Amino acid sequence: MFVYLAKRLGAGVVLLVATVSIVFVMLSLSGANVARTILGGNATEDQVQAKMAELGLDQPIPVQFQQWVLGALRGDLGTSYLTQQEVADAVMQRAGVTLSIVLISIVVSGLLAVVLGVTAAVKRGWVDRLLQVVAVFGTALPGFWVALVLITVFAVTLRWFPATGYVRPDQDLLGWASSLMLPVAAISIAGISGAAMQLRSAMIDLGHREYVRTLRSRAIPPRRLLLIHLLRNAAPAALTVLSLQFVGMLSGAVVVEEIFALPGIGRLAVSSTASGDIPMVMGVVTLMVTMVVIVNLLLDLANAWLNPKVKTR
Amino acid sequence: MNAPTTELLLTRRQHKDSALHRLLRNPLAVISAVIVLVIALLVVFADLFTSISPTATDLSNALQGPSLAHPLGTDEIGRDIWSRLLHGGRLTLAGAALVLAISLVVGGASGLLAGYFAGPIDTVSSWAASLMMALPALVVLLALRAVVGPSILIIMAVFGLLISPMIHQLVRSTVRDVAAEPFVEAAKVSGLSDARILGRHLLRAVRAPLIIQAMMVAGMAVGVQAALNFLGLGSGTVTWGGMLADSFALVYTAPQLMLWPALFLGLMTASLIVLGNALRDALDPRGAPPRVRGRRALLAEVHDTGHGGSLEEVGDEAFLDVRNLTVEYPDPHGGALAVVRGVSLSVREGEVVGLVGESGSGKSQIAFSIAGLLPEVARISGGSIRFRGQQLVGLSRRQARRVLTDGIAYVPQDPIPNLDPSFTIGFQLTEPLRVVRGFSRAAARERAIELLGAVRINDPEKVMRSYPHEISGGMAQRVLIAGALSMDPVLLIADEPTTALDVTVQAEVLDLLRSLQQTRGLAMLLVTHDLGVAADICDRVVVLHQGAVVEAGQIDEVYAAPRAEYTRGLLASTLAEADPREAYESPEGKVVRDA
Repeated sequence: MFVYLAKRLGAGVVLLVATVSIVFVMLSLSGANVARTILGGNATEDQVQAKMAELGLDQPIPVQFQQWVLGALRGDLGTSYLTQQEVADAVMQRAGVTLSIVLISIVVSGLLAVVLGVTAAVKRGWVDRLLQVVAVFGTALPGFWVALVLITVFAVTLRWFPATGYVRPDQDLLGWASSLMLPVAAISIAGISGAAMQLRSAMIDLGHREYVRTLRSRAIPPRRLLLIHLLRNAAPAALTVLSLQFVGMLSGAVVVEEIFALPGIGRLAVSSTASGDIPMVMGVVTLMVTMVVIVNLLLDLANAWLNPKVKTR
Repeated sequence: MNAPTTELLLTRRQHKDSALHRLLRNPLAVISAVIVLVIALLVVFADLFTSISPTATDLSNALQGPSLAHPLGTDEIGRDIWSRLLHGGRLTLAGAALVLAISLVVGGASGLLAGYFAGPIDTVSSWAASLMMALPALVVLLALRAVVGPSILIIMAVFGLLISPMIHQLVRSTVRDVAAEPFVEAAKVSGLSDARILGRHLLRAVRAPLIIQAMMVAGMAVGVQAALNFLGLGSGTVTWGGMLADSFALVYTAPQLMLWPALFLGLMTASLIVLGNALRDALDPRGAPPRVRGRRALLAEVHDTGHGGSLEEVGDEAFLDVRNLTVEYPDPHGGALAVVRGVSLSVREGEVVGLVGESGSGKSQIAFSIAGLLPEVARISGGSIRFRGQQLVGLSRRQARRVLTDGIAYVPQDPIPNLDPSFTIGFQLTEPLRVVRGFSRAAARERAIELLGAVRINDPEKVMRSYPHEISGGMAQRVLIAGALSMDPVLLIADEPTTALDVTVQAEVLDLLRSLQQTRGLAMLLVTHDLGVAADICDRVVVLHQGAVVEAGQIDEVYAAPRAEYTRGLLASTLAEADPREAYESPEGKVVRDA
């Protein structure tokens, strides 16, 4: 089990290091563009050179990277080119919003996926066909498209929820829940249908296993067979789906935060990208990949605990 | 699974001929194909369908409804919506095509290499693929946008790369499956080159899943590009995503502006996925009705040997009495295939009866019928099964469970797959005691340890704590016998209980079954292909061939003077010490048994 977890941790670190290095090198190669973006279209070549020197962009890339890594290890991700704000502060301030959207979405879609997937696998027939049709559309339609439709229906037409804006939970818990309702729905719809379909086929597949027949021969009630044995055996597959869902939901959060005007890191990613604020982009990428690594590690841990073959190794 | 032989190849060819017909018969497929085609044509030949520039503004004509000049009306600064819609799709479709091409080339090539050559190439590329899958694509694309500026095609090319693991994994696993199939081995042995082997067989295997995956990728590409444009990160030209962003700003004042770009975008992505699903179904119509691919079973349908229940003398004292049992499975053509035809047999109290026949003879199906364990697709279409006078055919599942607790227990063939891999042996042994029979936790545990002792397991405590993957096959079979005993049975149905075990272990398990039968006075129905095993333990045998009884009688009589030609052959192969399992086990038979 420790070997397995060490391997997974190693993979996580490699992912983080590889992504951060590649993105850093890419961003640094465009140093001149960045200075020009900051200064505006009318800047002279001299002004651009001066700005690059000021930002340290005239240094060789390995030197820049070394400085950035040394800083990052101390928790210092540099300062924004534009607002002079500490990047670490800026991303951490906003991480809460993004995390609450994504984590709520993953819990909601996980629970609904289990209910729907199991129902479709057990009932088959029209329930199953309906789920399949819904799942096709759920996975096909882009998240921001779904978000726009949700806003048009539930915010503009029915006026049940606010279309945009964020309420902090410490100010107004109900308002917070209400402001997250549509964003969470927009992100979860694709996740629910995808995960439900995976769980459905895992359950149908497991239902044909020989041990199920043997358990039936011991007069184990069908409900128990389903909820204890099949669900338990489908869990590792479901966890894998969830980890991929989480990655997809982070991407989804970027767009959804922009649409619903939520102050999360996704929004920060969009604005710093558009303005060429390299330290901020680096900070966002680092934080997001770190989140992915941590969530994947937690899921690996759960998997190790659930899978006896890993647990007893 | 081994390749089912001629029968499957034949049906495949028939399916291929009508793939297009099947597609055309599916209304969803036709509708989605038409939508994709119409939108693509409108977009590509935009200039034929509108003469107005998509960027020409006319503030005096802002927010007009549909008119002859502007078929879909105008937007907030008087631009023609129809023209913007058609021109706006160009970049989107070009981007989607680019993503599709790059992901197919990169993912396809790497998947092909990784799947066929395995080894280090596979390890490295699988690693790279899983790393890429763990990246939030949109965030990477945003970072890229900061570098390359508003050049949407470069960004889409990178997206093609990022999404290529989806294709890679699919191609890789398909190649591995195909490469493992016997005909590829055969082709290699006969000296065909690697490329020809792969080319011919792989294409057919990978075609259907690849189409649906490609459509999925195309749909995602359209969505991602629209999202980037919506975020204002695309090029300056008119796009669906950009139109949505513009109209979203006016969602309260002019919500109708969102309608058309949202409709085109939604229709396009949804139609791509629906079309992909439909194409897959048309090319590879598997999965619908479960099929029984038994060559022998198919033969059985053709010649009816006419043996009914007359061979078996059934006394009044019969404990288990099966008469004229017929079991059917649905066949691929919508009909039914009888795998058991008019079988009659009986077991008296405390008697051991052997049910002998080769794989596919229907013997396991008879065992399942008695124990109420037939798969849902199977149907008992005739006959009766009486256990201690009670009719078992036609019972509901709930009633059948009660019969199980009333004295019928089942021992399966292959021990390891018959234990739930996620739970300890202790849990699996105590579960029926606690849940079905109402034992307390402690009492159930005590009873389970006692049962493990009864099946001659030396260290029951340790086995109780073990998971199925930690114990040997012989040990697992003892555990399963203990599990059967936990039901306090009076009739034990053992389905090839020694076949999957090593030869030395076989003798031990057989010995155990015999002594349990004698000390507990169990009646036993022993399903086996091996007349030797039957001779060892049974009082009587019933010989099955192609789903029907060919001979039945006292074991020594059948052994000494077999009446049926088939029994003589079976006996000869046993006496010659040829392993009849090897001789008769066919892959098709396995499918029937496990169905």
